[in-house]
Amino acid sequence: MSHRSFVWLCLLPLAVVTAAFFLLPMARLVVTGAEGPQGVAGYLAILTEPRYRATLINTVALAAATTIVTLIVATIAGMFLQRHRFPGRAVLIAMLTFPLAFPGVVIGFLIILLAGRQGLIGDVSNRMLGEKLVFAYSIYGLFLGYLYFSIPRVILTIMAAVQKLDVGLEEAARSLGASPWAVQRDVVLPALAPAFVASGAIAFATAMGAFGTAFTLATNIDVLPMLIYTEFTLAANFSTSAALSVGLGIITWFILALARSFSGSAVAAAG
Amino acid sequence: MNASAGHGASMRIEACGKTFIDGTRALEPATLDIARGETLVLLGPSGCGKTTMLRIIAGLELPDPGGKVLFDGKDMTSVPIERRNVGMVFQSYALFPNMSVADNIGYGLKIRGVPAKERAARVAELVALTNIAGLENRRIDQLSGGQRQRVALARAVAIRPGILLLDEPLTALDAALRDRLRGELNRLLRALGITTIYVTHDQAEAMELGDRVVVMQKGTIAQIGTPRQIYFTPQSRFVAEFIGAANIIESPIENGYLVLPGGRQAIGNDANFPTAVAMIRPETIRVVETGSAPLSGVIDSVSFIGDRQRLVVSGASSKLITVDAPNTVQAKAGERVGLLISPEAVRLLPSES
Repeated sequence: MSHRSFVWLCLLPLAVVTAAFFLLPMARLVVTGAEGPQGVAGYLAILTEPRYRATLINTVALAAATTIVTLIVATIAGMFLQRHRFPGRAVLIAMLTFPLAFPGVVIGFLIILLAGRQGLIGDVSNRMLGEKLVFAYSIYGLFLGYLYFSIPRVILTIMAAVQKLDVGLEEAARSLGASPWAVQRDVVLPALAPAFVASGAIAFATAMGAFGTAFTLATNIDVLPMLIYTEFTLAANFSTSAALSVGLGIITWFILALARSFSGSAVAAAG
Repeated sequence: MNASAGHGASMRIEACGKTFIDGTRALEPATLDIARGETLVLLGPSGCGKTTMLRIIAGLELPDPGGKVLFDGKDMTSVPIERRNVGMVFQSYALFPNMSVADNIGYGLKIRGVPAKERAARVAELVALTNIAGLENRRIDQLSGGQRQRVALARAVAIRPGILLLDEPLTALDAALRDRLRGELNRLLRALGITTIYVTHDQAEAMELGDRVVVMQKGTIAQIGTPRQIYFTPQSRFVAEFIGAANIIESPIENGYLVLPGGRQAIGNDANFPTAVAMIRPETIRVVETGSAPLSGVIDSVSFIGDRQRLVVSGASSKLITVDAPNTVQAKAGERVGLLISPEAVRLLPSES
């Protein structure tokens, strides 16, 4: 057997697995999406059908808000945790990264315990204001849940990036007269930009596609994964749910590519 | 401009010590005066406290209670670095990777709110001064080590600092480039005439650049003096061995002579010590016929270096003696030679260190 054919033979299992579990179902999904009553135009329904479009906007807005707030919280917390040593630090980091192991159902459950009808926030607000504050079953509850499971993912990346920051850069900026704010703005945040894009992309993609939390909280929250679920299981509308799935994938991919190229060009323009 | 020579501020550090939180004593309380326009070099092996002293002067570290840092007589001890108006060059250069060369140089001016036009003019001036024309729009990762060093210097000088602080600015470069940039840096510092504190572990850099050199050892100042003073009249064995090459000889002294296995060597006074530590620089020893010198030994090895040759002689003293001879001297290993040393070339050191 020649060396070349041996290498090809070794690649065969990978090729089989890729084809069987990735390419074929994807192809089938794409084909199914075009098999509805509207044919290929079924793909456009995600943009033309008002209900789908509203859900799409909702989902993107929720994912974007989750990403931004997560980045803000995780950057401040990550910077502090990386730069300071104090008793209980290791425990705090462990607790912050604990939710990594939770499935979306558990996150949803936690949100209900916090902001549900019998939740903590409701109890406290009932005693203080005489009114029960309940938002677990809405998009706000979902937002809180996504925040809870995005922060651990992002905070670890940010902490690693902060650790690699050259402290000399900050000292140099200070020696040139920069105030602490100016040091953050001109030196620290630009240096962390690649970490923001990388971890923000993960937070965004997760928030776009997460299902378990939404499903636990309520069945009528308007996000794309829930819409796909209802179209698929309740309405048995295979072609629409396939088209929506492909659309969800493409839109998420497109927004991530946009963010990456934007940050790339921003770095190039500044540097 | 002030009537006294040079630019920038005069400086005094007073009883500045530094103990870190973990209890390590990095710097024993030290007092130093630096004149306006002077270049002072802090020289010592790693861990001697030189960088700690620089960071205290910069305002990046606070001295232990009781220590004071004064610029032009004003107490700056509790003023943070961003308001001390110091220019600093770091060993890693710490150039901002997200800014161009020109933006790096102009950063301090931008922070100070200098209008863009004036800023551009000052940047152009420094680009010319540091010889980096044509690189203004480059990114930092497109620069060589030597170019980075110049940009770092230009950035530090752009703000017209009262004091320029350089932390091992040439250490990151390879040897040939380091030698060339050392000369260039020397001319530049002379031309600028700013009060400068320069930290290094390289004695050649200290000799060439310093008006005065502070030799440091284990957190204390071992000696302060001009390069000539610390070279010719070291006050301790540490300084003698750290600066240049030195033969350190321990021997009894009788009536003004070192009494050595290979003969006697006059020391220029008629002192009597049971034992003393003497330093003799290799280039002050002349190799002569055995009969023409009171001290003699056998050549162990000859290394031809080019501009001179280094001989190692045994038998003259209890330890090997290193001699720098002119490259024209005929010398072979195994040959017996006389060593002629003038009494002034023998420097007695305190025997403890």
